[in-house]
Amino acid sequence: MIKLTVLLTAVALIGFIGWWFFGHHETAAVAAKIEKTGQDAQVLVSGGYAPETVVLKQGLPAKLTFLRKDPSTCLDHVVFPDMGINDFLPQDQAHTIDIDTTKPGEYEFACGMNMFHGKLIIK
Amino acid sequence: MMTVRNRFIFSLIFSLPLLVNMIGMPFGFMLPGGDWTQFVLTSAIMAVAAWPFIQSAWASFRHHHANMDTLVAIGTVTAYLYSVYALLTNRAVFFESAAFVITFILLGQYLEARMKDTASNAVGKLMDLQAKDAEVVRNGQTVRVPLAEVKVGDVIRVRPGQKIAVDGEIIEGSSTIDESMVTGESMPVSKKVGDKVIGATMNSNGTFLFRAGKVGDDTLLAQIVEMVKKAQTSHAPIQKTVDKIADIFVPVVLIAAIATFTVWYVFLNASLVNSLLFAVSVVIIACPCALGIATPTALMVGTGRSAKLGILIKNGEVLEAANTVKTIVFDKTGTITVGKPKVTDIIGDEQSVLQTAASLEAASEHPLAAAILAEAKAAQVTAAPVTNFQAVEGQGVTATVNGQAAFIGNTKMVHGTLSPDLQSQMNALQKEAKTVVVVGVKGAALGLIAIQDTPKASSAPAIVALKKRGYHTVMLTGDNQRVAEAIASQVGIDDVIADVLPGDKAAVVAKLQKEAPVAFVGDGINDAPALTTADVGIAMGSGTDIAIESGGIVLIKNDLMDVVTALTLARKTFNRIRLNLFWAFIYNTLGIPIAAGLFAGLGLILSPELAGLGMALSSLSAVASSLLLNTTKLQTKQKIAA
Repeated sequence: MIKLTVLLTAVALIGFIGWWFFGHHETAAVAAKIEKTGQDAQVLVSGGYAPETVVLKQGLPAKLTFLRKDPSTCLDHVVFPDMGINDFLPQDQAHTIDIDTTKPGEYEFACGMNMFHGKLIIK
Repeated sequence: MMTVRNRFIFSLIFSLPLLVNMIGMPFGFMLPGGDWTQFVLTSAIMAVAAWPFIQSAWASFRHHHANMDTLVAIGTVTAYLYSVYALLTNRAVFFESAAFVITFILLGQYLEARMKDTASNAVGKLMDLQAKDAEVVRNGQTVRVPLAEVKVGDVIRVRPGQKIAVDGEIIEGSSTIDESMVTGESMPVSKKVGDKVIGATMNSNGTFLFRAGKVGDDTLLAQIVEMVKKAQTSHAPIQKTVDKIADIFVPVVLIAAIATFTVWYVFLNASLVNSLLFAVSVVIIACPCALGIATPTALMVGTGRSAKLGILIKNGEVLEAANTVKTIVFDKTGTITVGKPKVTDIIGDEQSVLQTAASLEAASEHPLAAAILAEAKAAQVTAAPVTNFQAVEGQGVTATVNGQAAFIGNTKMVHGTLSPDLQSQMNALQKEAKTVVVVGVKGAALGLIAIQDTPKASSAPAIVALKKRGYHTVMLTGDNQRVAEAIASQVGIDDVIADVLPGDKAAVVAKLQKEAPVAFVGDGINDAPALTTADVGIAMGSGTDIAIESGGIVLIKNDLMDVVTALTLARKTFNRIRLNLFWAFIYNTLGIPIAAGLFAGLGLILSPELAGLGMALSSLSAVASSLLLNTTKLQTKQKIAA
C-alpha cells in the first residue's frame, strides 16, 4: 500500500515537473521608460531575469540597470554576446550598462554560463 | 552576504568533526552527543553555507527555471530532511552527506571563480597598457595632461622610457620603439619623422614630438580591446547544441532522480535510506557546470592569448570556421610581397648608372622612380641637377645631366641596338619577371636597372609551414601570369590565379569555396569583398579600421608567419572546446547511471559525497584544461634567420 502511494506520488511529481518547466509560460515584454535625454529600464536578477524581454527605442541612448538579488554565482555575470559586454553584477547593488541602440534588432543576453536568458529588442 | 570563500571555510570547519566521526566510526569512536551533534553541525552548514543555494533554487523555480543550484539544494535538503526524520524516529542518519556535498561544491565554485578570473584577464591586461597621461605642448609650454584630455591634433612630447599616449605621427626627432605589447613584434622598431606611432607602446632611447591622430576609442589599442571583448563573449556554433541540452537538463535530471528512487524502493525492494541515497547522488552528480563553462573559458583563453601575439580573432564562429579551412588564398601585392617595388639588380657601372638614373627620376612620381631613388639613397649616391627635362611618351624620360644628354626608359630610347651582352642579361632578368629599364647617355646604354616587388622575408617559410600542415595554397593577383609565377616559385606557392581584376577577387574566392572551405589573406584595404566572402577572412597588417571591420582574423603585424600561428591557435582552441565538451558529456553520461545504482550489482556505487567531489572536479578540470591553452606550444618558428 505504501509502495503504491510512493509510485503514484512519483508519477504525479514527474508530471508536475514536466508541466512546470517545459509547459508554456508566457512572460511579458517591458518597454523602457523614455525621457527626453534617454531611456532606462530595470532588470531584476533573481532566479532569472525579470522582465525577460526589454524593449528599447532605436537611436535613443539607453541605460539598462541590473539589480542582482540572487546569491547564486550562476547569475553573477551578465553577457551580451553581440555587444562584447561581460559585466560582473554585484549582489544587491544596481549595475548600469549603457546600451548602443543605433542598430535595431533582437539581442540576447544571458548569464555567464548561458543558462538563463533574456532578450533586448531595439526598434 | 558571505563570499563563496567564506562560505566554504565555514562549511569546512563545521564538516571536519563530521569527518572525524565518520572515520572513527569503524573503531567505535563517536562524537560526544552522537547524532544530535551531527544534527547541530549540519543545520549550521545548511543555514549559513547552503542557504544561498536554496534561495536561488527557489527564485528560479518561481520563474519556471532550474539551474545547478536547484540540484544542489534539492540533493542536500533531501538528505538533511530525511536525516532529521531518521533522528527523531531512531534510524540511521546521513547528515554528513549533505555537509560534505556542500563543502565540496563550494570548494569547486571558489577555485573555479579564481581560475575564471585568470582566464578572462586578457582584456584587463590590455587596458593596463594605456598610458596614464601625456606631455602635451600647448602655447609653447609642455603640460602634463591626463590621457582623457588629449585631443586630435595635439603635439605630444615623448622622452626616453616614456609610454606613447595615443596614435599619431612623428613630426620631430626619432627613436626606437618597443611595440611588442600591441603588435606582438619582439624586435624594437626605429621610427623617424613621418612614421606612425601606436598608443601604449614604449619609447626606448630617443626624444620626439608627435601629432595625435587618434584618441580615445579610435586608437588601435582601444579597437583591439573592443574586439577581444566581443570575441570573448561570443559563442561558438558548437555551443548551441550544448545550450539546448542545458535548458532541459536540470528538470530531466530531477525526473531521473525520482525514477531512480521509485525503481529502487518500489520495484527492487531496497530500503528507504538506500533508495534515497541513490536518488540524491543522481541529483548531485548531474550538475551541468562543466558543460556550461567548457566553451566560454576556452574561448577566453584562446582569444586572449592570440591578442597578445598581435592576432585578433573576431569571435567563436570564426574560430570554428578556421578549423575547417582547407585552401588558403593569398593576395599578392602587399601580402606575399612587400608591396613596394625595389631595385634588385644593376648592370653596368653601379655608381654612374645609379647616379644618372636618380638624377633623371628625381622629379618623377612614377612608382619605379621611387624604387630607384630609394636605392640611390641607400647607396649614398646624390642626384645631380638636371636641365631640359622631357618625358617621351611610351619610352621614358630624357634630360641634360652633367652637361650630357641622358635618358632612362625602355630599349626604344637607345640609338641602334643594345650590345649582345646587355641584351642577354636583360632577357634573363625579364624571365625572372623583373621590370628592366635602360639607362644611358648620348643615345648609348650605360647599363640596366632591374626592379621588382620582392616577397617578404616571412613569405617563403610561412608557405612551407602551411603546406606542411596540409593546406592548399593559392596566390591571387591582377599581375600577368609571368610575374605571378616568378613570385609563386620563389615562395613555393601551389597554384597561381593571375590577371584577376580587383573586383573579381571575391568571385574567384567563391569559386574556390565550391571545392573546400577557403581562408583569404589580404591587406584589408582593397580586398574587403574577398575577405568577407571567404569562410575566414584574414586581414594583414596596418591595423586600419577597414581591416578590423572586414577581417574575421586581423593580424596586426605585417608578418605572414602570423597566418600560420593564427590558424594553429584557432585549431588548438577549437579542439580544446571539443575536448572539454566531450569530457563533460562523458562525465554526465557515465556518472548518472553509476549514481543511479545501475552497476550496484557489480559493487560500483557512488555516495552523495563522492558525487559532490566528482562534480567539483569536473568543473575544475574544464577550466584547468582551458587555461592550458596559455602554455600550449604553437610550433611556429617566430624568428627567421636574416
